[in-house]
Amino acid sequence: MIALLRTRHSVLPGFTLSFSLSVLFICLVILLPLSGLAMHVAGMGWDNYWGVISHPRSLASFKVTVLSAAGASVINAVVGLLLAWVITRYRFPGRRLMDALVDLPFALPTAVAGLTLAALFADNGWLGQWFSIAGVKVSYSWVGIMIAMSFTSLPFVVRTVQPVLEDLTPDVEEAAATLGASPTASFFKVILAQLTPALLTGTGLAFTRSLGEYGAVIFIAGNLPYETEIVSLLVNIRLEEYDFASASALASIILIASLVLLFGIQSIQSRLTRRWRGG
Amino acid sequence: MPRYWHQWALIAAAFAAVILMLVLPLALILHQAFAQGVAPVLEALSSSDMGHAIRLTLVVAAITVPVNLLFGILLAWCVTHYEFRGRKLLTTLIDIPFAMSPVVAGLCYLVVYGSQSLLGQWLSDWNVQLMFALPGMVMVTIFVSCPYVARVLIPLMQSQGQDEEEAAVLMGASGWQVFWYVTLPKIRWALLYGVVLTNARAVGEFGAVSVVSGLIRGETLTLPLLIQMLHEDYNTVGAFTAAGLLAAMALITLLLKTVLEWRQRV
Repeated sequence: MIALLRTRHSVLPGFTLSFSLSVLFICLVILLPLSGLAMHVAGMGWDNYWGVISHPRSLASFKVTVLSAAGASVINAVVGLLLAWVITRYRFPGRRLMDALVDLPFALPTAVAGLTLAALFADNGWLGQWFSIAGVKVSYSWVGIMIAMSFTSLPFVVRTVQPVLEDLTPDVEEAAATLGASPTASFFKVILAQLTPALLTGTGLAFTRSLGEYGAVIFIAGNLPYETEIVSLLVNIRLEEYDFASASALASIILIASLVLLFGIQSIQSRLTRRWRGG
Repeated sequence: MPRYWHQWALIAAAFAAVILMLVLPLALILHQAFAQGVAPVLEALSSSDMGHAIRLTLVVAAITVPVNLLFGILLAWCVTHYEFRGRKLLTTLIDIPFAMSPVVAGLCYLVVYGSQSLLGQWLSDWNVQLMFALPGMVMVTIFVSCPYVARVLIPLMQSQGQDEEEAAVLMGASGWQVFWYVTLPKIRWALLYGVVLTNARAVGEFGAVSVVSGLIRGETLTLPLLIQMLHEDYNTVGAFTAAGLLAAMALITLLLKTVLEWRQRV
């Protein structure tokens, strides 16, 4: 039966075993829980669903989450591009250490990141004191949420832009310079143009991650309803109130958003790889 | 070495970003943990809650990593060595845990296996409790960390091709022999790298585990959850001591990652 799915024969044995175990795992671990949530939401009726989604507190949490995630993505696009550029283009002492440290946000548990960032940006913290002199409130505000989100998703842009930049040899720029382009012009017209797809992919991944970020955010956000409450937290609050219907309805919104983003990013990526391979 | 001032300016800006965003937080953890000297840290480390949280975290990781290792190998093997309908769908589905909010992941498991669902009811009739206990915590951790091994292996296996495997089969090797003697030596460093990433995520998972753990003190608190508890108790030294343990794990992860990536390339 399973063998009928194959479009080309390979001499290697083990297709049925590896295929059926993989599919079984994906069904049990990924698809079953997702469909459980979908069924739960489908069972609650449109009016109830809409009532939960359009509640002012829910709308406020959507707004805070999306705006902070967008801000974090912009920060990451800029800082990530800078780091990727410096790491691939220049040779200087400390480069390898910098390259290794970029992955810290992926390796560091989000609760640790949240706890530390909250202390760092508290009004008397190492960095927070400077912000409070400048009159900017970081802890207990959306700025703090944005900083936490940009910390946890920083590696995405660097790691998607880096390989493209490595393939982009300096002779393209040199050609541009020979033809009379200034360094600034060659950066924006030659390099940035070729980097844009990777930059968009990385930023999109960072945005997706930021939408769902929870651990790092709740420590620094202050979690005031209507003001600094992110969607994931509101889901958790509704759960603690045993209000499964509201929690599921809210969760379905971020779930749909992140799945749409994921599939969008993947289709961009596959189109890109096809172009690179010259297909 | 860069020649122009603007290149040095860019390098300086990159260093500033790395120090402000990455190094300073690490330094702060040590500073906060040892703010009152070494004795409170040792006391925090020897508390029974901390000991329990460390053991529980290790147990969760010790179950999660082998399961995801096996699944990652099978899936990567399947999608890189055969051509079949639905191959792209499989590689898309495997990314879902990366895109999902961990809280939503926890909620999905709670909805399916919790006591208010049919399945949960049936399980509790048989005296099986999955949610708010170790099994549930392991299940969501498996969910959130399952893509890593496959994601590391798939590009590598694709670029390595399968000529050696096919040659081995034609010379009469069994499937198991092919994997053990031909494929495994080619992918071992990447495999270890996948394990390191899976382990880091399993140890550090917060959102998904917090939903299904029930946060029972001394029973279902892993290290990241304990951090939140201690933070809410205003136990700064305790919270930063636990954070220091996890940060040490993160730094070891980075070190291993760098070494393993280099080994795989050689």
